[in-house]
Amino acid sequence: MAVYSFHGGIHPPENKLQSTQTPLVDAPLPKHLVIPVLQHIGMAADPVVSVGDTVLKGQVIAEPVGRISTAIHAPSSGRVIDISQQPVPHASGLEAECIIIETDGEERWIEHAGLADYKQLAPNSLIDFIRSKGIAGMGGAGFPTDVKLHLGDDHIVNTLIINAAECEPYITSDDMLMRTSAEAIVGGIEIIAHLLKPHHIIIGIEDNKPEAIAALKAAMESSRLEIDLQVVPTKYPSGGERQLIQLLTNIEVPSGQIPADVGIVCQNVGTAAAIHRAVTTGEPLISRIVTLTGAALQQPQNLHTLLGTPFSTLLEFAGVDHDKLSKLVMGGPMMGVPVTSPHIPVIKTTNCIIATTSEEMPPPPPAQACIRCGMCEQACPAQLLPQQLYWFSKGKEFDKARQHNLFDCIECGACAYVCPSNIPLVQYYRFAKSEIRNEEMEQRRADHARARFEARQARLEREAAEKAEKRKQRAIEAAAAQAARKKEQERAAAKAAESGTQTADAEANIKALKVAAAVARTKLSKAEKALKNARDKGLEGIDKLEATVTDLSTKADQAQAAYDKAQAASSQPTSRTSEPASNTNSVANSDAECEAKQDKPVDLKGLKQQVSIMRTKLKKANAANANPAEIEELETRLSAAQAELTAAEQQQIDRAAAEGIDLKQLKIDAALAKAAVTKAERAAKAAETDEERLTLESELPPKRETAEKLAAQLARFE
Amino acid sequence: MDSVLTAIFVLLALALVFGLILGYASVRFKVEGNPIVDQIDAILPQTQCGQCGHPGCRPYAQAIASGEAINKCPPGGQATIDQLAELLNVESIPLDAEHGSEDVRKVAYIREDECIGCTKCIQACPVDAILGAAKQMHTVIVSECTGCDLCVEPCPVDCIDMIPVGTTIGNWKWPAPPSPMQIIATDRSTPSEETA
Repeated sequence: MAVYSFHGGIHPPENKLQSTQTPLVDAPLPKHLVIPVLQHIGMAADPVVSVGDTVLKGQVIAEPVGRISTAIHAPSSGRVIDISQQPVPHASGLEAECIIIETDGEERWIEHAGLADYKQLAPNSLIDFIRSKGIAGMGGAGFPTDVKLHLGDDHIVNTLIINAAECEPYITSDDMLMRTSAEAIVGGIEIIAHLLKPHHIIIGIEDNKPEAIAALKAAMESSRLEIDLQVVPTKYPSGGERQLIQLLTNIEVPSGQIPADVGIVCQNVGTAAAIHRAVTTGEPLISRIVTLTGAALQQPQNLHTLLGTPFSTLLEFAGVDHDKLSKLVMGGPMMGVPVTSPHIPVIKTTNCIIATTSEEMPPPPPAQACIRCGMCEQACPAQLLPQQLYWFSKGKEFDKARQHNLFDCIECGACAYVCPSNIPLVQYYRFAKSEIRNEEMEQRRADHARARFEARQARLEREAAEKAEKRKQRAIEAAAAQAARKKEQERAAAKAAESGTQTADAEANIKALKVAAAVARTKLSKAEKALKNARDKGLEGIDKLEATVTDLSTKADQAQAAYDKAQAASSQPTSRTSEPASNTNSVANSDAECEAKQDKPVDLKGLKQQVSIMRTKLKKANAANANPAEIEELETRLSAAQAELTAAEQQQIDRAAAEGIDLKQLKIDAALAKAAVTKAERAAKAAETDEERLTLESELPPKRETAEKLAAQLARFE
Repeated sequence: MDSVLTAIFVLLALALVFGLILGYASVRFKVEGNPIVDQIDAILPQTQCGQCGHPGCRPYAQAIASGEAINKCPPGGQATIDQLAELLNVESIPLDAEHGSEDVRKVAYIREDECIGCTKCIQACPVDAILGAAKQMHTVIVSECTGCDLCVEPCPVDCIDMIPVGTTIGNWKWPAPPSPMQIIATDRSTPSEETA
């Protein structure tokens, strides 16, 4: 099997020997364990213990939330004393939620058991078992392992690569793990292989770990699996997932895809060992090997450390010289981040702590201008153009940076290492990446808000429409109810008219007659007054008024006579009962006679309405394209109604003319008089002085009288 | 004469054919509404706060499309103005202070002890981010709140606070690297020069 190569890469001083001189020992148990609920990529776990609870070693203290998440277990027995914000291992130096356990030193385990034969279990149950043990990638990113083990479900996995390269200087934790627990690693590989069923298993390891290679070879002999142990030349960053894949298989994982898309799954040796321990013994992931190194330590070494142990405990154990310590780095010198607080705890992904002196890692010299030498491009293992990315990031042209595949950058630091101008290139890329991510987050948030806003608008509109619809419905119902009531009334009236013989009706008639007589009297007196007034003022149309007065007096007499007659009839109940028909008839007759002129105008109004209704009906029928016969019928009815109306109008005019009154002229006169009154009133109101107002007001009554008179006259005909 | 007529007929025929094609295309590929409004709306931050003087982001997008100034959106800030300027190919201008100033992102917080359950804030919220019912305590769904401020004004008991969203590990950003040292002495600017 050949070893291939990847583009670029660098050869920084290894500095790995310092920490491999002493055997692996257990770190001391600290008084307090600080366990962040987020130790992996994905959603933070949700604490399931509360302050004051007593926990046993290996007990679940936080449950995974969502698909990409892991459980967190108590690394030792003790009592939960706080759940609060504490500094966590993160580049930001910010605080995050942590569970703090006060250890009791007893290390009492919770009841746990491994699987007797994992091969008997369904793959999904086995993966769930591994998930319940809180295992996340131990290589550095901390991706929940169970998700990776599920990759066989929707991908064809040909090759399983076990990453044992550990290429970054100083770090030796995987090296020590392989030296001490090669059997566990091979056992873990067997479990992974059982789940993913790859055709080919390769362990990739750098040639600077001969002891680990020997240990692995020995362990592999007892395995029934065909495992290739591939020793690769030491070059940074051969431990990068994509770089190792290219080294071992010469396959380049396409940009924006994961190795599983090309049939490869990568797992770290630490993860394999953790899976093996979880499956065989049932112990969850509560500890790991951490490299303690750096010139500020008297005894650089690897420590088997419980998760949650503060850095300070480990540093003290390794004999830190506080005077010489200048910088504390978490991770390796290339990709690690400096930390400020020594109380930050070890988490699932903490592989190395470097306590450096100022001689060992001097502060970076000041960055100078880019001279476009192109050395960064030569060093880039992802075959990007670091120089271009630098310009775009610096100029905040994030779109262009993105087009130049910024997100394929693994932030290995090779470009910054070779830069002769000491430009902190990785910082620029990290800045640009987080700006772009932030922008995307904002965009998502904006889209979400837009969707919600639009949904709300739609809801409001719908509600308004529904309300309007309801209102309309109510109006229709009300109209229908009114129509029904009217009909009812009409029916009742018709009934009443039919049964005219009833006493109640007769009495009602008498009442009506009385009213009619009174009205006629009032009209007469008004007309007389007007006549007198006209005579006094010598106005025109006296003769007309005289005629009116005569007419009215006749009518008043008639009304009075009808009333008297009715009264007399009703006061003689015997006669009424004996001859009810004639009695009522005569009443009706006299009523008809005296009210003839009042009745006509009512008819006129009705006729007018009828004509307009007819017209509308016809129009509608025309618009609706009703059949011709219907339209014709409507037309005839309309013309008949019109003829009736014209006849009635003519009759009215004739009647007025018979009394010597020009109806048209009367109408105009009435309107004019009314207008004069209004005008005078307005003038009086607007008058500035009291005197003026008084004069104006004194002029008002006669004007009003004229108007009333004319209106009264007109009312007779309308 | 013949050649002239031929030319006229050929041109007429061409004009007719292209006219038909154009006519068909204008019907077939008709664009409903103004597409630029959607593009502008996509850039605006969707807080629906109304600080621009329009009842929401989309109305402002429509106003911008018909010529209104692009610098009336304080929540979006200069970044939004720059993006709008680029989209519309106009000069980028500073934020109009009349409509407010750029501020950190905030979310509304209801002091629940003081809430009387009047539902006025619920009616004011443009994104339905407030949960509650009449005479029941209300609360803000933080993940939905756009920080638009519109609920603060209608509250009769003033129990709504706008709390700045703090930096957490989830939204922390890598800081920009410090600008390179000025190596040439004359390029250096001392504080005294800057203030002068």
